[in-house]
Amino acid sequence: MNRDVMDSPSREPERYELDSQPMYHFELGRRDFFRVFGGGIVIACLLEKGLAVQESGRNRRGSDEGLPQDIAAWLHIGEDGGVTVYTGKVEVGQNSRTSLTQAVAEELRVSPAVIRMVMGDTDLTPFDMGTFGSRTTPTMNPQLRKAASAARNLLIDLAARTWQTDRGRLIAKDGEVRDPETRRAIAYRALAKGQKLARAISAVDPLSPAAQWTVMGKSVPKVDGKDIVTGKHIYPSDIKLSKMLHGKVLRPPSFGATPVSIDTRTAEAIPGVTVVHDGNFVGVAAPSEQAALRALTEIRVEWKSVPQPSSKELFEYLKKNAEPGEGQQDRRGQTTGSVENGLGAADQRLQATYTVAYIAHAPLEPRAAVAQWEGGKLTVWTGTQRPFGVRGELAEAFRIPEDHVRVHMPDMGSGYGGKHTGDAAVEAARLARAAGRPVRLAWTREEEFTWAYFRPAGVIEVSSGVKRDGTITAWEFHNYNSGSAGIGSPYDIPNQRIEFHATQSPLRQGSYRALAATANHFARESHMDELAHALQMNPLEFRLKNLKDSRLRAVYEAAAHKFGWGKAKSLPGQGFGIAGGFEKGGYVATCAEVSVDPSSRQVRIVRVVTAFDCGAVINPDQLRNQIEGANVMGIGGALFEAIEFENGHILNARFSHYRVPRFSDAPLIEVVLMDRKDLPSVGAGETPIVGLAPAVGNAIFDATGNRLRSLPMAPNGVKM
Amino acid sequence: MSNVTSLSVNGMRYPIDVDPEISLLAVLRDHLGLTGSKYGCGEGQCGACTVLIDGYPRRSCITKVGTIAAKQVTTIEGLHKDGRLHPVQQAFLEIGALQCGYCTSGMIVTASALLKSNLDPGEQDIVRFMEGNICRCGTYQRIIAAIRMAARMMKEVPS
Repeated sequence: MNRDVMDSPSREPERYELDSQPMYHFELGRRDFFRVFGGGIVIACLLEKGLAVQESGRNRRGSDEGLPQDIAAWLHIGEDGGVTVYTGKVEVGQNSRTSLTQAVAEELRVSPAVIRMVMGDTDLTPFDMGTFGSRTTPTMNPQLRKAASAARNLLIDLAARTWQTDRGRLIAKDGEVRDPETRRAIAYRALAKGQKLARAISAVDPLSPAAQWTVMGKSVPKVDGKDIVTGKHIYPSDIKLSKMLHGKVLRPPSFGATPVSIDTRTAEAIPGVTVVHDGNFVGVAAPSEQAALRALTEIRVEWKSVPQPSSKELFEYLKKNAEPGEGQQDRRGQTTGSVENGLGAADQRLQATYTVAYIAHAPLEPRAAVAQWEGGKLTVWTGTQRPFGVRGELAEAFRIPEDHVRVHMPDMGSGYGGKHTGDAAVEAARLARAAGRPVRLAWTREEEFTWAYFRPAGVIEVSSGVKRDGTITAWEFHNYNSGSAGIGSPYDIPNQRIEFHATQSPLRQGSYRALAATANHFARESHMDELAHALQMNPLEFRLKNLKDSRLRAVYEAAAHKFGWGKAKSLPGQGFGIAGGFEKGGYVATCAEVSVDPSSRQVRIVRVVTAFDCGAVINPDQLRNQIEGANVMGIGGALFEAIEFENGHILNARFSHYRVPRFSDAPLIEVVLMDRKDLPSVGAGETPIVGLAPAVGNAIFDATGNRLRSLPMAPNGVKM
Repeated sequence: MSNVTSLSVNGMRYPIDVDPEISLLAVLRDHLGLTGSKYGCGEGQCGACTVLIDGYPRRSCITKVGTIAAKQVTTIEGLHKDGRLHPVQQAFLEIGALQCGYCTSGMIVTASALLKSNLDPGEQDIVRFMEGNICRCGTYQRIIAAIRMAARMMKEVPS
């Protein structure tokens, strides 16, 4: 199993391409928008050149006329005044449905209640590469704001024309255009009535500055919260179609095992059961999940297995199988100066190796899909962070054009980077095609723990030199397999060599919240702490001495202040730790207090303070929620989560064997928001997780004198 | 054992015809269309499938429907009455005690059972009672706050 899905979004051909005609009053090409959505006003928001390639994964074709061609999102104001927004981004618990609603409400000057977001439906929404990398806030949010701002200006134009007046005296507010002098007002719905007006815009319309926001910047409650607390919200695994069958897939007994012989005759003889044996795929569809499971047990297979690596030898395996030659240079180009000279100039030198285990995302909703074929066209409802990517997977699997595939992505039971692939969708679609009826296929928890993909394990070797006064003179950092996210040091070090080394992964691996930034911050911030202690310096002062970046300094100081950094320990087993960093445009500093029980040696995280700077804050309460959640999720990987595997088997593929953070693990979490209204907003779902593990490790050292360099650090308590 | 032919859920009697060995969760979701109760683990470890059986919180994924056929089942869909949210539901909204919401039904049903027996739970009481429910998004601190808020609401306006 070496399939690597990390950071490998599929490249798509151009779609929704507009003819390079005059930019206004265009037709939406293949789609007759107004026929589908009704009359009114449509604003299509175009990606600018450059951003288009980056965000859509599409390479521009030929012409270099400098005109934007790619639609990022569109917005429709119906004749009833309802506002519908179409975006390929999806809601996976990170609150994008609400934060994007706020963006449109802000610029359009309407109540969030009149806005409906259509998200991640590949027939209705513009192409989007996927919801990952904390990109929704820095890219989709401003694009929707531009579209809404353009719509507002268009409505003002229409009102000015209706009243035969100067548009400059008109204002838009609360869903209507007003003339303060004459005290006239006209509702958007009246202006949209009878219209079929389409406009494409790029980055021209000015956006409201954060200091003037009235909807953004406010803690707007989750727009669909009521549906969730009443159990009404339909998740992907809740989709039910008429005449729907339930599917199950026959899984190999171990990774790498292949069938030598398969006998499906008994299963096929069961009334109502469809059996599919196609290449490596063996599955059944039956009227109920129980019937499908029973049918599966009637399939006789002889397997041939091949030896597979085990977690006991994991780190040797990763080092041994690294690609030969020098590693890839860090993309931020931090290989500077001469590490050898820097080490020579140092008063103290330190070498240490850090490791991180494979861990599972374990989203509470396992992968699920419902697939339906109608006349050669395939419709799939599934939980994924990449609906368009899944559409591509389906088109490829069934050798049909992508416009014969529609993927719906109902807001799902989370992903954390773990649902980029369309495995369940492909399986459901294969069975549905054979059965001639819709098929639902939902993975069990064991399947999710075994056949999804994992956060990469890794080995990180750090070698450093410092002067007696605390100046770092040399920094060498080699990461094997975890990845290069967050690999660069934010500290000012004249001599650095930072490399990522690709290697063979014994397990299928892929994205995880914050990617490798968690591993790289753990190694870096643990090592920084080791250096500070070697010099008998305060770990915070040591960091600040080597740090110029004002935003990172600010979060360090804010977290330390709130935490009361520097106070004396008052309890036995108590320890304090600090760590911080920069990733995906966000700056984070985390302070942790731990308590290590002197007899059981169990670690309890008592209190965490996180200071976070992600530019101008869009929704303070939901941002706090994300930061709290990132810290809680981080506790698992920091202290006890690890996938154990042996010769092709996952040994702990259940919640009874794989410990995730529970109520009793959750510390008091306090959040300090920097809210830089002068800076653009960036994403916040990922970066806050990176400070937790090193802050906790450093606190454990403070409490016990034990330096723990392997994640998870204390699955069975801190050893003496 | 003969098939189970009726089930009382949320005060309604549903005619069904199912194998007594299958899980209550499968019956609720696949036969009655009550999808508010979720599958999360199938081994009673995560709490996403929690329902009340005669008022007590139970894991419907490991409860065979044959064992509870004569009892009263309450699911998340049965907690709000006449369009009025249960105080726990109200408090979850006010505190913002959810992210993806997949665990929320089980959390709310479990918490409603706690507050039925204890209207003044301390933090440790809540942690102990809720320990079997997993929120992977990590909103535990908020859920605790929401349960305490709901307790206050219920004390002020006894239902």
